Amino acid sequence: MMENAILVSHLGKSFGEVKAVRDISFSVTRGEIFGLVGPDGAGKTTIMRMLAGVLQPDEGEIDLDGLDMLKDAENAKLHLSYMPQRFGLYEDLTVSENIFFYGELFSVPRAERISRSRELLEAAGLLPFGKRLAGQLSGGMKQKLGLVCALIHTPRVLLLDEPTTGVDPVSRRDFWAILYNLRESGVTIVLSTAYMDEAERCSRLALLHEGKIRHCDTPSRLKESMPGALISIFSGNPRKTREVVSNQPGVLGVLLMGDRIHVRVDDAATRIPELEKLVSGQGEFEIRIAEPGIEDVFVALLDEREEA
Amino acid sequence: MSGESKAIVAQGLSKRFQSFLAVDNLDLEIAKGEVVGFIGPNGAGKSTTLRMLCGLLRPSSGKAHVAGYDVEKDPEAVREHIGYMSQKFSLYNDLTVRENLRFFGGIYRVPKKEFAGRMNFAVSMAGLEGREDMLVHTLAGGWKQRLALGCAILHRPPILFLDEPTSGVEPEARRRFWDLIHDLASDGVTILVSTHYMDEAEYCNRIALINRGRLVAMGSPGELRLRDLGGKLVEIACSPLGAAVNALAGSVIEAAIFGDRLHAVLDPNGPDGEEIRKLLEEKGMNVGAIRMVSPSLEDVFVRLVSGGKEERVLS
Repeated sequence: MMENAILVSHLGKSFGEVKAVRDISFSVTRGEIFGLVGPDGAGKTTIMRMLAGVLQPDEGEIDLDGLDMLKDAENAKLHLSYMPQRFGLYEDLTVSENIFFYGELFSVPRAERISRSRELLEAAGLLPFGKRLAGQLSGGMKQKLGLVCALIHTPRVLLLDEPTTGVDPVSRRDFWAILYNLRESGVTIVLSTAYMDEAERCSRLALLHEGKIRHCDTPSRLKESMPGALISIFSGNPRKTREVVSNQPGVLGVLLMGDRIHVRVDDAATRIPELEKLVSGQGEFEIRIAEPGIEDVFVALLDEREEA
Repeated sequence: MSGESKAIVAQGLSKRFQSFLAVDNLDLEIAKGEVVGFIGPNGAGKSTTLRMLCGLLRPSSGKAHVAGYDVEKDPEAVREHIGYMSQKFSLYNDLTVRENLRFFGGIYRVPKKEFAGRMNFAVSMAGLEGREDMLVHTLAGGWKQRLALGCAILHRPPILFLDEPTSGVEPEARRRFWDLIHDLASDGVTILVSTHYMDEAEYCNRIALINRGRLVAMGSPGELRLRDLGGKLVEIACSPLGAAVNALAGSVIEAAIFGDRLHAVLDPNGPDGEEIRKLLEEKGMNVGAIRMVSPSLEDVFVRLVSGGKEERVLS
């Protein structure tokens, strides 16, 4: 039996007329990296803030490691760490001073603070920058420092709200390498992101739309559940190709990319030969089955819901 | 004027801030009607380059022509011929759609008698008919984004700069936005997109990858994906993942966890897929399917800029 680190039942929150979060339930197993994925306004930050105990839900329950977040928030908060979108780093303090400050805030004993901070700085590749002012770090380094500060008290649950927004792909990979290491050591991570490509790195995902969870599964199973198949057609003139294939039987959606089009069809085996025939009049082209991204899955699943 | 069919030409473009060379001898040629993505890590020189191309920053050496105008000698003319839109929309939230358009029309000096026509075009392009009198803060993200685009093209600029235009926007709205961009491009507007997000880069006809002030790769997304990673990329289903990464160290060029799987770049002189399986199984790991995958733009990006990990002093 897998152990649940987080159990959320029927969570709801409204701001005036706006129902930001509607009847959300999910559970997160210890050592998972669970992703809340959705566009701006889908309810990600509201859920995060309720999990962190800084926002009171209108309805529902949150169980964090056996502690009731709503009734016993002070106790529950000792075991978690929350990194909001704008983490409160002091720009005019150095890297080390920021860590010291958070260590004090969480009453981490001095000896532990020193060894832990060294260990974390090393993992984050920030060890040479201890004396640099936080304000002079690049965006990616700031996010990593925020993470170091959030981990100084060795939390069991880590909540990260859009941690890699504005961070370049190289720094983003470094950041994820740290998260995977934390996961190995048994830390449970809940992370929100608006970036569908980043979502693929989570062990399980909840696709959020308008305050509701639409689908929740592993990235691979979500991709398998996409209705139909995705094929890409490379050609000299993707616009023209799109015109030709749109409105063909079996074509569920067409997307114009920079050097190709993506076509979602009901059945690849029957449609590929048909499409080949259609575009063969247009010079060189190449058709192949494409791996859908989480964004393709998201759009396809929402489409299906609307049609149903 | 130079290069009628070229919208943007840069030759040996460089910018030095004291001892720091932010942009190093950059050559670029972008044709009219192209959608080109500008990608690179933080501090790679992307924004310095864009600021020079917008006529906001003087190059230290080299030349650039934008819409036929010299960015150094004629920055005013350059600025009149470009439009700019950022994800941090510069819209006024407490003004209506119409008022925002009127405001930007004024800034861009759209002639009075043409304004009504241009505004109608912007409104219908953005699909905002019937919403002209709504306050901007009441609009959803996708509408705002299309309105911002409408504002940026009121003066019919032949060249448009977009800065992470679709980050955080709902997938359907984002797809619709890129359709608009391609429509503009087919009307001859040249579009330069600066972004960190590889899924935005996929919508560009060509991608310019900038690292340490230099152009390190240029090509279509498909061409870039064919760039040499040094070996084949395989996806390995196995557990536990962390231990598998450690077990593979030294046997493959690179191994990284990717969600519930591993991605590894195989060394052409090292073990192949089946040997990797044995190696992992000998260490007591459960190994499922191992299959070849085509690299993502991000794999290529990381490969081309690796070695860029050590931080540079930013001025």
